[in-house]
Amino acid sequence: MPTSKHRAVFEVNGKAVDIEVESRTTLSDCLRHQLRLTGTHVGCEHGVCGACTIIIDGAAVRSCLTLAVQADGSQITTVEGISFDEGLTPLQTAFRKHHALQCGFCTPGMLMTAHALLTENPDVDEEGIRHVLSGNICRCTGYIPIIQAVLEARAAYKKPENA
Amino acid sequence: MSKANRFVGSPVERLEDLRLLRGRGRFVDDLTAEGVLNAVILRSPVAHGIIKGIDTSAALAIPGVVAVLTAEEIGRPVPTIPIRLFASKLTEPLEQPCIADRKVRYVGEPVVLVIAESQAIAEDACDAVVLDIETLPPVVTREAAEKGQSLLFDELGTNRCARFTAIKGDADDAFRNAAYRRRERFGVHRHTAVFMEGRGLLAEWFEEEGKLVVQGGAKVPFATRKALSKQMNLPEDKIEVHEADTGGGFGSRGEFYPEDFLIPFAARYVGKPIKWVEDRREHLACSNHSRETEVEAEIACDKNGMVLGLRGTAFVDSGAYVRTNGLINPRNVSQFMSGPYHVPNINIVTDFYLSNKGPVGTYRGPGRYETDYVRERLFDMAANDLGIDRVEFRRRNLVREDQMPYQLPQIVETKSGDELDSGNYEVTLDQCLAEFKWAEKVEKYDGKLIDGRYHGLGLHCFIEGGAAGPKENARLVLEKSGNVSVYVGSSQVGQGVVTVLTQIAADALEMPMDKIAIFHGSTTGTKEGFGSFHSRSTVMGGSAIVVAAASLQKLMREAAGRRFNCAPGEVTLEDGKAQGPGGKSLTFAELAEEDISIEESFFNHKHTWAYGTHATHIAVDPQTGQVEVLEYVAVEDVGRMVNPLTLGGQAVGAIVQGLGGTFLEHLIYDGEGQLLTGTFADYLLPTAGDFPRIRAIMTGNYPSPINPLGVKGAGEGGIIPVGGIMANAIASALRSFNVQPLELPLSPPRIWKLIDDARPAEAAE
Repeated sequence: MPTSKHRAVFEVNGKAVDIEVESRTTLSDCLRHQLRLTGTHVGCEHGVCGACTIIIDGAAVRSCLTLAVQADGSQITTVEGISFDEGLTPLQTAFRKHHALQCGFCTPGMLMTAHALLTENPDVDEEGIRHVLSGNICRCTGYIPIIQAVLEARAAYKKPENA
Repeated sequence: MSKANRFVGSPVERLEDLRLLRGRGRFVDDLTAEGVLNAVILRSPVAHGIIKGIDTSAALAIPGVVAVLTAEEIGRPVPTIPIRLFASKLTEPLEQPCIADRKVRYVGEPVVLVIAESQAIAEDACDAVVLDIETLPPVVTREAAEKGQSLLFDELGTNRCARFTAIKGDADDAFRNAAYRRRERFGVHRHTAVFMEGRGLLAEWFEEEGKLVVQGGAKVPFATRKALSKQMNLPEDKIEVHEADTGGGFGSRGEFYPEDFLIPFAARYVGKPIKWVEDRREHLACSNHSRETEVEAEIACDKNGMVLGLRGTAFVDSGAYVRTNGLINPRNVSQFMSGPYHVPNINIVTDFYLSNKGPVGTYRGPGRYETDYVRERLFDMAANDLGIDRVEFRRRNLVREDQMPYQLPQIVETKSGDELDSGNYEVTLDQCLAEFKWAEKVEKYDGKLIDGRYHGLGLHCFIEGGAAGPKENARLVLEKSGNVSVYVGSSQVGQGVVTVLTQIAADALEMPMDKIAIFHGSTTGTKEGFGSFHSRSTVMGGSAIVVAAASLQKLMREAAGRRFNCAPGEVTLEDGKAQGPGGKSLTFAELAEEDISIEESFFNHKHTWAYGTHATHIAVDPQTGQVEVLEYVAVEDVGRMVNPLTLGGQAVGAIVQGLGGTFLEHLIYDGEGQLLTGTFADYLLPTAGDFPRIRAIMTGNYPSPINPLGVKGAGEGGIIPVGGIMANAIASALRSFNVQPLELPLSPPRIWKLIDDARPAEAAE
């Protein structure tokens, strides 16, 4: 049945958003259908596949298990927010080089999980990468090239020494 | 191929990636249209029953609900889903009605279609519909299907819907005289493709033009258009079917499903654009299932381990209806059991039975994963019984290069044969053994208890078919910019078809890749198109491009000849310019002032056969039954490689899918025909931590003689050996228990039970 609407004020990829959402609207649906940020994909709607992963206040989060109203007051980054208009970021470049995507549907979630991980811990080892990425399902690649890509992208996330 | 062959064979980074990596893909749920409405489908909650009544009044009363459609509103007879491959009068009555009419036959079958202003309202309305269904006894097991006390189609009089008999030589005679025979019963469980993006459609009806435009078609958009044309009584030229980006296919996406009719029909019915995207539960219950097979098979050999014959009977579960390509599975189980081996006598009878479960279709390596599992298990058992090394046993029986083309058995019912095209199977066997260091590892690990786990090795030789005919089309247009647009009947299912076909076109036209644009997966691009299945897009789409490129260059030379007043043969096409005698020169852009375009077809009635060997090293934990894959090496020859990067990706991805199917994935039904594995928490897919050590070595040493590129269809091969090799490796690891895993999946409880059951015997010795 129709539910009441709520105001939600948050930031997506550095831009302020002030919208009305139904109580039951998930953040993934809000991003995709209300804000038309369709880079975030929805693969299972029950929090297992990880395709909808976005970054909220620095943490990788399932946007399908988050209600849009819960985003009120937060800072959100989606795949569009970590992409350049032209060219690719080092993480994306590594994905391309290692053929870490085929159909590309899980890719935004993979990138967001990897981005959050490498931002927090650019020295993470292969086992650590596998552990964290095991929350994102890919049906095409068998994961091996994805792990190689994330390993290679670590360098770009390391802070310069003496900084 | 052209003299300036630069791109084919190179690991070119994919063109698709630039969009997909930046969140700029255009998958079907990313598309929208002015005034779009949402569709949600109410599906049968019971496996088998008679529809007594459907009360939609409460649903229609909900504000925002636009239409609620049942078989009544759609009109009888309800259109059915046509069988695309091996259609016959026999199976026509078993086609699925696009919406259940009077009877439901599986959990998930569409019963009511709700159109509303939002998906949420449509879902509310589904909840408000009252279904009155009188249940019938469900047919869930093989026993119930064969017994036929409960029938899916009363008028059929049985639940058996098809039979495929593969015959070669005289199997009974061969078995009568054989020195060695062994018979075993094998089981492969129901599992399927489970691609990451759910299926979806966006249909728009344009009243003035009487035209239907459908987005979200995939794999075979021309076949979809043909089916829709008949179902909606519209001429084909009034229907456009377009692919969006597709989030994986693996044989399952793009076949015609009930929604492929329901959503376009509803768009015309309400006169508004309609979007429908399935959720994961719908996907697991309703997209084509696959693989559920039982085989009782027997092998006959002479005392030297030369295989004399294979015979047996197989049961393949069809689910509730015969869908578009479901008949491929039982056909392949029969026809391809001999795989890459010379087997002079074959008799395999496969029966296809209806059940009250989700209808089946093809899944990557259809029938081949199943039949390879059976053959390679029997080969290991026979080698072991005869005291012959399993590598030597395989080596003795592989089809030799001088036996090519090699005849496979005939299928009696379809009167169709097949033949292996080319290659040297022993070379890939030896390369795999060397890469894997087989001899060394057998010595060190095989059958040994090391640190509490039993180690085992497995080996598996296989073939993979590709390049289904009858033909493929490519239309090439010299654009005013001097670039070339390539329209092709092939489709993108995530395999990188744009990159691969751009490489082929660039070489064929001797132009840089950035001067070529590929357009695929639309009924507007070419007159005809056949799509992407049976590993055919590189062979068939690629060859069509090669044929059309030669014709386009001929037209360009003729056009330039007219302008230069010289013979076409005097014109050279190079560096974006047509050059003639006396320094005359026109850029391609200048040449394109005249319309230059051509559509050509590449015809093919044979198949390509890539082939190879896989080897693996596993460890079994006897306390838990858990199997760890310590190493996996695949070697496959594909005739000629177009893009080693994407090709290797296909192989590794397919192997991991196969490992998922072998160890984890299972569509489980209970006795009432309820699907118990309807979420990703229940239907387990491999994740990043599961299978980290896999290598694929792809070669292109023995080109196919049946197409101008010499390429062979590849991309399914990786999955085919996985069930067989893993069961063999486990049997080898557990040889001290003398156990044989015969049933898939090789789940920890099953392996643990094998060990546990064997223990008292071991203790008694």
